[in-house]
Amino acid sequence: MKRVNAVIVGAGAGGGIVAKELATAGLSVVLLERGKWYTANDCRKDDLRNQGVTVLGCAFGPEDEGHPRVLVDAKGAAHTVVPSESGYQNVAACVGGGTLSWGAQAWRFMPQDFKMRSTYGAPAGSSLEDWPISYDDLEPFYEKAEYEIGVSGDYSGDPFHGPRKRDLPMPPLPPTKEFAILEPAARRLGLHPIHIAMARNSVPYNGRGPCMRCRWCNGFVCETDAKNGTQNTVIPVALNTGNCELRTECMAKEILTDNRGRARGVAYFDSNGNLQEQLADVVVVSASATESARLLLNSKNRLFPNGLGNRYDLVGRNLQGHQYTGATGYFDFDTYDDVGPGACIAICDYNHGTPGLPGGGMLDNEFIRLPINMVDRMPPGTPRWGLGHKQGMREWHKRTIGIHGPGQQIPTADARITLDPSARDKWGMPVVRTSGNVHPLTYEIGEVLAKRAEAWLKEAGAIHTTLSVNKRDVVSADSHQAGTCRMGDDPNGSVVNRYCQIHDVDNVFVIDSSVHVTNGGFNPALTIMAVAYYASAALVRNWKGTGFRS
Amino acid sequence: MRNLDQRSIDILAWLANIYAIPMRALFGVGSFRRDLTMQSNKKATLLTRRQFVAVGALGGVAAAVGCASGRQGHWDFLSDAQGHTLTAICDQIIPADDFPSASQAGVLTYIDNQLVRHFRRHQESYRDGLENAEAISRKRFGRELAALTAPQQLEVVSAIEQQHPDFFNLVRSHTLQGYYGSPRHGGNRNAVSWRMLGLDEPPLRGRAQYDLKKGTHS
Repeated sequence: MKRVNAVIVGAGAGGGIVAKELATAGLSVVLLERGKWYTANDCRKDDLRNQGVTVLGCAFGPEDEGHPRVLVDAKGAAHTVVPSESGYQNVAACVGGGTLSWGAQAWRFMPQDFKMRSTYGAPAGSSLEDWPISYDDLEPFYEKAEYEIGVSGDYSGDPFHGPRKRDLPMPPLPPTKEFAILEPAARRLGLHPIHIAMARNSVPYNGRGPCMRCRWCNGFVCETDAKNGTQNTVIPVALNTGNCELRTECMAKEILTDNRGRARGVAYFDSNGNLQEQLADVVVVSASATESARLLLNSKNRLFPNGLGNRYDLVGRNLQGHQYTGATGYFDFDTYDDVGPGACIAICDYNHGTPGLPGGGMLDNEFIRLPINMVDRMPPGTPRWGLGHKQGMREWHKRTIGIHGPGQQIPTADARITLDPSARDKWGMPVVRTSGNVHPLTYEIGEVLAKRAEAWLKEAGAIHTTLSVNKRDVVSADSHQAGTCRMGDDPNGSVVNRYCQIHDVDNVFVIDSSVHVTNGGFNPALTIMAVAYYASAALVRNWKGTGFRS
Repeated sequence: MRNLDQRSIDILAWLANIYAIPMRALFGVGSFRRDLTMQSNKKATLLTRRQFVAVGALGGVAAAVGCASGRQGHWDFLSDAQGHTLTAICDQIIPADDFPSASQAGVLTYIDNQLVRHFRRHQESYRDGLENAEAISRKRFGRELAALTAPQQLEVVSAIEQQHPDFFNLVRSHTLQGYYGSPRHGGNRNAVSWRMLGLDEPPLRGRAQYDLKKGTHS
């Protein structure tokens, strides 16, 4: 197989962008993806099998068969879990990764989100730390992501985010009924409601039409291709250069190194299960916080007996996601208008500044509720089954609003990914084993956010409310997973440097949410993308023809 | 409109084909083509309550002639006896009122199909759980669950919830999935639960696609 300049593992939010940036800079690129390439034609609007509701499996990967993981609970007992089960920490396995079927909230982090330790100090028992880069370093790359991926929305009423040079390329979608109910209520409370920034076309953009506002959004492929991910933006651009080859259903086995400790390529199983080697000058790992850590840990040899980049036992640690909490409000008037994507209004008043707590989170209304999402969300006193439940569905389905938000999880070194000693996937490779939990302050942040969501709903006229505090005793990283290959200036305290380059091996990069030191109080995808543009720019800048030298 | 419906029918037929779901499971008793034509008629988009009562009554007749589940022919996983027991349980979880019960909406088809597909790992739970359900029924009333009156069935199902909560919660989840989930899996026939909730069916949005060339919504 022909040697190339760069082999990238994973065609998701990070890898797709790196492929485009390197290919347009003239480097030859092979992009490996373990999943398939789905398109708008694969939209199945299946309420029971998508990426959000997985009772009949994950529509966009991985399949339940052959991809087990092991979850260690708070008592130390190990459980085998499959991708459709809670606790697996799944994102997706497909071209576009999570950005194929996401809700498409495309937030910038706030300046403080990169300076958590210097803003709040590190709580005892936590591994709270500053990023080595700042919001200002990333600002141009946030903008690049917003324009190349395509983001609609409006930050203008939000005094909390950092300065920006350009407005979003598209206006927000017209408001829904929930927006009309929640917006004045937030203002009455002195809050600052805004239209959520969404990687979704509100007007024709990038050669594709706007959102048709259907019910099947978060968790689904967009039928009209109005939702933007790397699969319908940067990856096609990369392929169009002629410099990039995408190989789907190819599962990376390990990063190959030479006897001087530099990477020489990637060994992977192709779609027929045959072991192949793709040699390259540079290896970029963009496989998600769980799978990138696993690939580094699985890349063991004489020089790296504990895995690549893992000299100080840091790979896989600081696993985090978001603490999703909130409240549900029940109204005595219709709140539902069947207009997708549903989520449209948010406040960032509570991301920082809560006395005694390090950080907080954005609060927003939920994505449009499918009937199946309502069956366990009735107001208190509603029977769980029988005629009363059926009547409850009729009474409340159109009179319910959910508000929740991604509270910051305060990382610990114990919440981590290791390789399971016995469980194997269908290729015979050791699988991800998750253990430990985030810092207890995480739950306090979550509870405060839930109560604030409830207050907003009450102000909007809710006659009943319920809190959802979601206190799990294991780390819930899930689709917002991050942190396992922390970025830092200190080689003894981090896995990669500020340009996402592994300290130990200068021609291996980790470019995905693994490098997030902390994960903000926002959906993380736009930050993954901004970091990918930022790291790619440095990589291209330092490129010296064939053979990469830092 | 007519063309669209023909397209929908073709798509549904193709989907049913690739998922190996019998047509009648997807579309209920009778010709699926006629059902869809009925849907496409604007005035009949939502069945009236009176019509639903009629459907319920038909279901009753069907029960009397021995297909209480609304499903004809063999089961994929359940035995006939298990099918009758499960029907009784599911119809207590979602009973008929102005709108169909769980079994009338095809929930049994959904569960039975999935027990040889994605729910294979639950086969043992169903075997044991249904046996336990019958044991409770015979102990309390001396008869099989399907033969009891509705109030007696409610009592037995409440006892199952108390004594075998794992099994009950499993069946409850699967019943709610079948009733409120996608019609493509055999439950929620003709999107009956979505109509019950007042949702447009077929969905109106999703037809209004923006035409890039014309610059308008078509």
